[in-house]
Amino acid sequence: MTGSVFRARHAMGRIVRGPALVASDGFSARYDLDRVNGVFSRPAHKLAGQSYVGKVLVLDTAKGGVATAWMLHEMTSRGVVPLALVLNSVNPILAQGAALAGLPMLAGFDEDITLAVPKDAEVEIDPSAGTLRIIGVGSP
Amino acid sequence: MKLNDEEKEILAGRQGAVPQHALRHQISVGEFFGAADFVPVTQAHIMADTESLGEAGVSYLERLAAADEGQRRVRIPTITDPRGTDFSKASMLGQTGAMLDLERRAIAAFVKLGVTMTDTCINYQTIQAPIRHEHVAFGDTGVVIYSNSVCGALSNFEGGPSALAAGLTGRTPRYGFHLDEQRRATVHVRVHFEPASLNEWGGLGAAIGKIAGNYWAVPVIQGIERPPRSDQLKHFGAAMASFGSTALFHLVGITPEAARLADVAAPHLPSHRITRDDVMDLQKSYRSDGAVDVVVFSAPQLSLYELRDLAELCDGRKFKVPLLAVTSPQVKPDCDRAGYTARIEAAGAHVLSGMCFYQSYAREIAEANGWKTLATNSAKLVNILGGYGYRPMLASMEACVEAAVTSRLSSP
Repeated sequence: MTGSVFRARHAMGRIVRGPALVASDGFSARYDLDRVNGVFSRPAHKLAGQSYVGKVLVLDTAKGGVATAWMLHEMTSRGVVPLALVLNSVNPILAQGAALAGLPMLAGFDEDITLAVPKDAEVEIDPSAGTLRIIGVGSP
Repeated sequence: MKLNDEEKEILAGRQGAVPQHALRHQISVGEFFGAADFVPVTQAHIMADTESLGEAGVSYLERLAAADEGQRRVRIPTITDPRGTDFSKASMLGQTGAMLDLERRAIAAFVKLGVTMTDTCINYQTIQAPIRHEHVAFGDTGVVIYSNSVCGALSNFEGGPSALAAGLTGRTPRYGFHLDEQRRATVHVRVHFEPASLNEWGGLGAAIGKIAGNYWAVPVIQGIERPPRSDQLKHFGAAMASFGSTALFHLVGITPEAARLADVAAPHLPSHRITRDDVMDLQKSYRSDGAVDVVVFSAPQLSLYELRDLAELCDGRKFKVPLLAVTSPQVKPDCDRAGYTARIEAAGAHVLSGMCFYQSYAREIAEANGWKTLATNSAKLVNILGGYGYRPMLASMEACVEAAVTSRLSSP
């Protein structure tokens, strides 16, 4: 698994490395997050209660409304923000929000990326190449 | 992206730093989605409540607004979605001075940028509905789905930064629902009942949104025989957009692009059926023990007709728990003149204007007022408020008003 590379059709931002937080669920900053404490807060979300701070979020698709476009910028200003966003598909709001916040993002894979990336993976995101690389799996 | 001469001039900064920044932002989004070029837009609508903006977002607006006069103003009609407060009701809501100060700063910055503070998410009912084939840059998802589907206009979801950018440049990247091929149906839904109440229309929209599942899916719907009213389609679309991130639907024989199924759909699309039981099951999934701390009618803001209906239900009642009805600054004066506000507030309720409940520090006002369980007829609202720590319940306007009297939600 380590060394596996997944290629995205849409990409923006800088290269980052970090722990992946993976779920087959959607993403909306307003609907899903307690942005003060940096955790998923919507009870029905598969990551409810888990911290997203400094994580590469690997999720299915963008959900909800337009607020995420501002909220990613605001979360970045306080450092209570994911390291990067990786999704099977995104809506314009996530792209607009990531662009304003300077947040790396990949979207659009040939495989279901939430099944392809192990839940305890360490990953590298390279938007210039449009790739997600597994650089480690499990605790060292 | 291919740029014309004017866009090259903007990008080079010859029209000032503000439109240059705006165009750069638009190019980064356009290139992400593979847009070939820009398309001129005639109107922009900005979602920018201060809970979303935060200090960082307000400072961002203030930096743009500090540019020289003549280089910072929007160049097309650009209006705002609901604010984060109704200043006249802020103390009742338990909002803090810091929240209101942030609101005032955001408003001052928008005014300097030439933005018209309409503070409404029902501009298609109150300001100026777009017409078929009109390219616009609209913010609130409920506004976009209604404009695309019911009016036949063309818009993507434009978040606040991008809608403002569109106002400042008069254009938006041509991708997504600005392209005819993107507007074709991808999934077929047959509805086996006729929804009547607004919560049923919202519930049906929610069920279809869950089926659609993502922004790029376009449901085409059959089985609705009677032409719905604007308020019904308002709740239907807002819920679909909320549950599915959906931006466009077609109702065969009703919405303008789908006179016939074949106009928007290829044969053999994946097909689903929805019954009244499906919608009632969705509604029941939000029920808890029945106790209600607060009743809210909002999301989208109420039309004059919804307020008229509410006023009739409030006559002769005395509420035990707070009931909040939220409308736009355009509707509120008519609500006052018609006497609806006085009738609603005589029962102990509040009519608020220019805000929306979930965009008004919903978590903080819940903590300030001890609100946990909330009854509403808005499917969109119940979808959002779970993440803010509420236990929301979906029911008819009649049942919600009754719950305000008894503090329990007992009927559908």
